[in-house]
Amino acid sequence: MSRRPLIREVPPTSWYFRQPRYLRYMSREITSIFIGAYCVLLVVGLQRLAAGPAAWEGFLAALKSPASIVFQFLCLVAAVYHAATWFNATQKAMPIQIGEDFVPGNLISGAHYAAWAVLSFGVLFLAGVF
Amino acid sequence: MTPLKERLVQLEVLRYNPDTDTEAHFQRYEVMCQEEWVVLDALNKIKADIDPTLNYRWSCHMAVCGSCGMMINGEPKLSCHAFLRSYEGVIRVEPLAHFPVERDLVTAPDDFMEKLKRVKPYVIPKEKKPISEGEYKQTPAQLMKFRQYSMCINCMLCYAACPQYGLTPHFIGPAALTLAHRYNLDSRDEGRKERQEVVATHEGVWECTFVGACSEVCPAHVDPASALQQMKITSSVDWIVEHLIPGGKS
Ligand code: SF4
Ligand code: FES
Repeated sequence: MSRRPLIREVPPTSWYFRQPRYLRYMSREITSIFIGAYCVLLVVGLQRLAAGPAAWEGFLAALKSPASIVFQFLCLVAAVYHAATWFNATQKAMPIQIGEDFVPGNLISGAHYAAWAVLSFGVLFLAGVF
Repeated sequence: MTPLKERLVQLEVLRYNPDTDTEAHFQRYEVMCQEEWVVLDALNKIKADIDPTLNYRWSCHMAVCGSCGMMINGEPKLSCHAFLRSYEGVIRVEPLAHFPVERDLVTAPDDFMEKLKRVKPYVIPKEKKPISEGEYKQTPAQLMKFRQYSMCINCMLCYAACPQYGLTPHFIGPAALTLAHRYNLDSRDEGRKERQEVVATHEGVWECTFVGACSEVCPAHVDPASALQQMKITSSVDWIVEHLIPGGKS
C-alpha cells in the first residue's frame, strides 16, 4: 500500500467565507482601515490649523458636509466595535489569579470599559463639551 | 419502556483512496440511526452494514482520546461528541481541514507531532534531583495556574479551525504553543528560555493574529487563544527588558 496523502488547499483569498467566525474576524480587521483613515483626517486638521485661521475655518466647514458626517459616523462605529472586541479579549490575555481562583473575566473587561468611559469623559470635558 | 426513536440520516462523506484516486469525492449514505446517536455511531453503522471500506479513526467514544476529529458541516468536531439531533438535512463529513488526507476521513498528523516535540512539552527542572530526594512539590494554587492548559487531548480541532495554520503551515499552532505555555507556567519548570526560541518567533506566537477560532472549537475548553495572547505579552516584556532597559537581561 502506498502512502500518497492528498493536500486540500486553502483558498488564499476567499478562506474567510468558509465560516461566519472568519467573517467576524475580518470585519474586525477592516475596522482598522477606518481608524487609520480617521488618523489621516486628524493630521490634515493639524496641518490646516498650522496654515492659519482661514484654512482652519475651511476645514471645520468641510467636516460638516454630509459626506464627512457619514464618514465620521462610520469611523465611530468601527472604533467602538474594535474597542469592544479588544476589551472583551483583555480577560483572556490578562488573567488575574488570587490564591486558587481567578478573578471573573467580566470584572477585568469591565474595568477596561470603566477606564474607557472615564477617559472619554475627560477628553470631552477638556474639549469643552460640558 | 418506550422504544427508542429512530431516524433516517443522510451523510455525505468525503472519500479518498490513495491507491486508486487522484482526487477526493463525496459519497452519499442513508442509514437508520437512533435519535440520541452521534455522528460516529452513524459512521460505525455504515461501516458495519453498508460499506466496510470506509476509513476513519476513533477509540474512546467519550471525547477523551482526541482521535475522532472531523469536519462536520464545515466545523471541526469530535465525531463522538457531535449529536445527530443537532443537525438537519444531509450531514457533510470531511477529514480535518489543514491536514493531508491519508485515506477517507483519516488525516496525517505528522506535522502536529513534529511541532509538539519542538516546544519541549515536559517539565525541564533547573537541577535534576535524584528520585531518592522525593517529588517536586506544588501547591493547589500553583497547579491552578496552568491546569486549564493541561487539559488538551491533542485532537487537533484547533489546527483545523485556525486559518493562519491553513495558510502558513510553518506556524507552530494553537495546541503546541499552548502546551509550551502550560509548562512555562508550571512552578517546577525552568525551561521557558529554551522554549522561547520556538515560541517568540514568526513561527510561534507572532504568527497568531487572534482569530480566536481555536478556542471556539476546542472540546476540552483549553482556550488556546488566551494562552497565545498571554505569551505575546510575556514575549514583549522580554523584548523591552532586553532592548530598552540598560543592563536588562531577558
Ligand atoms: S487545544 Fe483543544 S482543540 Fe486544540 S488539540 Fe487541544 S483539546 Fe484539541
Ligand atoms: S473517539 Fe475518542 S475523542 Fe472521539
